[in-house]
Amino acid sequence: MENKLIVSSSPHLKSDESIRSIMTDVLVALFPAALAAIIFFGFRALITIVLCMLSAMITEAVILRKKDIFGDGSAAVTGLLLAMTLPPAPPWWLCIIGGVVAIGIGKQVFGGLGNNIFNPALVARAVLMISWTGHMTNWLSPIDLVSSATPLASAGTPDFLKLFVGNVAGSLGETSAFALLLGAAWLFYKGHINWRIPTGYLAVVFVMGILLGSQGVSLSAGLFHVLAGGVILGAFFMATDMVTSPVTPKGQLIFGLGCGLMTMLVRLYGSYPEGVTFAILLMNAVTPLIDNLTLPRKYGEVAK
Amino acid sequence: MKTFKGGVHPGDRKSATEKKPVVPAKPPAVAIIPLSQHIGAPCEPLVAVGDEVKMGQKIGDSKGFVSAPVHSSVSGKVIKIGTCKSAPGGTVDAIFIENDFQDTWHEDVKPNPNWEKLSADELKKIVREAGIVGMGGATFPTHVKLSPPPENKIDYVLVNGAECEPYLTSDHRAMLERPDDLIVGLQLIMKMVGAEKGCIGIEDNKPDAVEAVTKAAAKDPRIEVRALPTKYPQGAEKQLIKVFTGREVPSGGLPAHVGCIVQNVGTCIAITDAVCKGLPLIERIVTITGSGINEPKNMLVRIGTPLEDVIEQCGGFKPNLKKLILGGPMMGFAQPGPENLPVTKGTSGILCLTDEEVTIEEIGPCIKCAKCVEVCPVSIMPLFIGSSVEQGLYDRAEKYDAMDCIECGCCSYICPAKRPLTQWIRMAKSEIAAKRRAAAK
Repeated sequence: MENKLIVSSSPHLKSDESIRSIMTDVLVALFPAALAAIIFFGFRALITIVLCMLSAMITEAVILRKKDIFGDGSAAVTGLLLAMTLPPAPPWWLCIIGGVVAIGIGKQVFGGLGNNIFNPALVARAVLMISWTGHMTNWLSPIDLVSSATPLASAGTPDFLKLFVGNVAGSLGETSAFALLLGAAWLFYKGHINWRIPTGYLAVVFVMGILLGSQGVSLSAGLFHVLAGGVILGAFFMATDMVTSPVTPKGQLIFGLGCGLMTMLVRLYGSYPEGVTFAILLMNAVTPLIDNLTLPRKYGEVAK
Repeated sequence: MKTFKGGVHPGDRKSATEKKPVVPAKPPAVAIIPLSQHIGAPCEPLVAVGDEVKMGQKIGDSKGFVSAPVHSSVSGKVIKIGTCKSAPGGTVDAIFIENDFQDTWHEDVKPNPNWEKLSADELKKIVREAGIVGMGGATFPTHVKLSPPPENKIDYVLVNGAECEPYLTSDHRAMLERPDDLIVGLQLIMKMVGAEKGCIGIEDNKPDAVEAVTKAAAKDPRIEVRALPTKYPQGAEKQLIKVFTGREVPSGGLPAHVGCIVQNVGTCIAITDAVCKGLPLIERIVTITGSGINEPKNMLVRIGTPLEDVIEQCGGFKPNLKKLILGGPMMGFAQPGPENLPVTKGTSGILCLTDEEVTIEEIGPCIKCAKCVEVCPVSIMPLFIGSSVEQGLYDRAEKYDAMDCIECGCCSYICPAKRPLTQWIRMAKSEIAAKRRAAAK
């Protein structure tokens, strides 16, 4: 026989899915929210997104010494996620530093994709938030783009329809709950996220919002805490980051509940108006522990 | 429909052969009968070079309990006792018989008109003497399975008609063409182990087989035929038991420990042939398929027929053949080539894949997507076992329950980073087993 046959261990079939296809699906899922951000905040939002993505992708390509800057797509996802956590019009250098920090410090120092402990985009956001607090909280109201407070820091009755559609001040990805949910639905459909982390997260935020929100026991305070700020983005896109969240079913639920709890503790009792970033980073740190404490019951397990 | 936890949907890919009736393959000019076609002790040859042998004559046997004799599938002359390749790799001793094309039956092969009156022990002896082994591919000697420890009362006999491996259709055709013999085989097994209930599970992508077998089973109220969802590995022993009885085989235990025995469709029919017609296991149905073969077929092939002969009768390989697999694509064994390799009792399929279906992919980093955890039918942690093996940490692999793996291949199939998880778990299993053996000494 002239052509050599391949001899390898079974199984001989593999699914079509690859890391690259999953990352592409995440980019597709973030597209509606990115589009909403560009519609509400205009050209400056587009510049922010492009700068963050390019910075992250180039940093990864340089560190890995690869010419293909898209690669497995994970750096593009990190860059886009980072952009979604930034205010609409940060200085150009802030975006670039963010991308470099996310990939360089958030991911590659740990050994690259799959080995990082913390969500790289949130590591970058935390660094930027602490280093350039002024730039990072320069919120603009949509359309007219004048300075405005994020709903989390302002008093008064919230407008739920506005919060849901996204016509409010905030980070690029914090604005439109609707666009984010549309993207999340795509990730559910493709099987890349499941209900456990988002449900746990949102349930705790909702319940704690009702019981401990500013107006005493109030349903609308619960709804407000779910829709305002970065909870939707965090619950569906950040906390569900595969690398940094638990792999066991029970662990995923615990992780989501923990994220919700930490978010609300920061929001209600901390000195920052928003707690999503720190909540998820904290829970990232305990992910290996959660996994090992929640190993599923195997088939035929004999009681010890 | 009730099903098991986990599993994957690779697409059944059976359309090339599922409608094709089984056709007999030409008997080989030289039959190569391996002395080990089963799990357990290999046989010793009972014939010498130059001996005349008849069809159905026992030519190899062993004193070991976990073993099964082998028989000549042709009549003719022993020309060599040498070696041939075996499916999992390596070589085994084999008897080479030149066919005289007379098909003269051995005098021991004769129908038994009084088979219905035989006792359980007599039946078990016939099964052993006929050399019957698990024909789904595992090739565990059937008479051993039918002799569970006396403290384990067997109440269920389960028949695997799921044929959940993609591409394969040999069990499907057997159920369509010989449903009555299947039921007789099941009744005989129930008699041998004293079970009250017989269950046949068939994946719902074979509605014609479900219908045929249901009709054949209608006379016996003890037998239940159930359509199961098409999901791999639906036919796995532990998963079938869970679906039909709700019981779980304890970790490290046997189906008999929960009162169950699982047999494959082909095995049941082989038992019927042995008991009623006195036929030893000298032929089996083989699905020859895949995009790398010119004429996909289901064939009734004599054990010992060289693969090259079978391939030739199916129009030969396509020029872009890239992988030759004995068995199905999920658990079968890839071969370096068809030379000096015979069809054996465990050859359920000969799968020929081309360079369009076979790719060599770079192994990526684990991104902890947890898809392997989700699909694992025994709920172990393939990703952690894999990373442990990568680092040589076999103790850690053991902690993550490597020994409970059923090697179905779902984790490797689903892994987006193309990590060979099943292969790594197999490595862990053999290392852990070696360590345990050393500790037991």
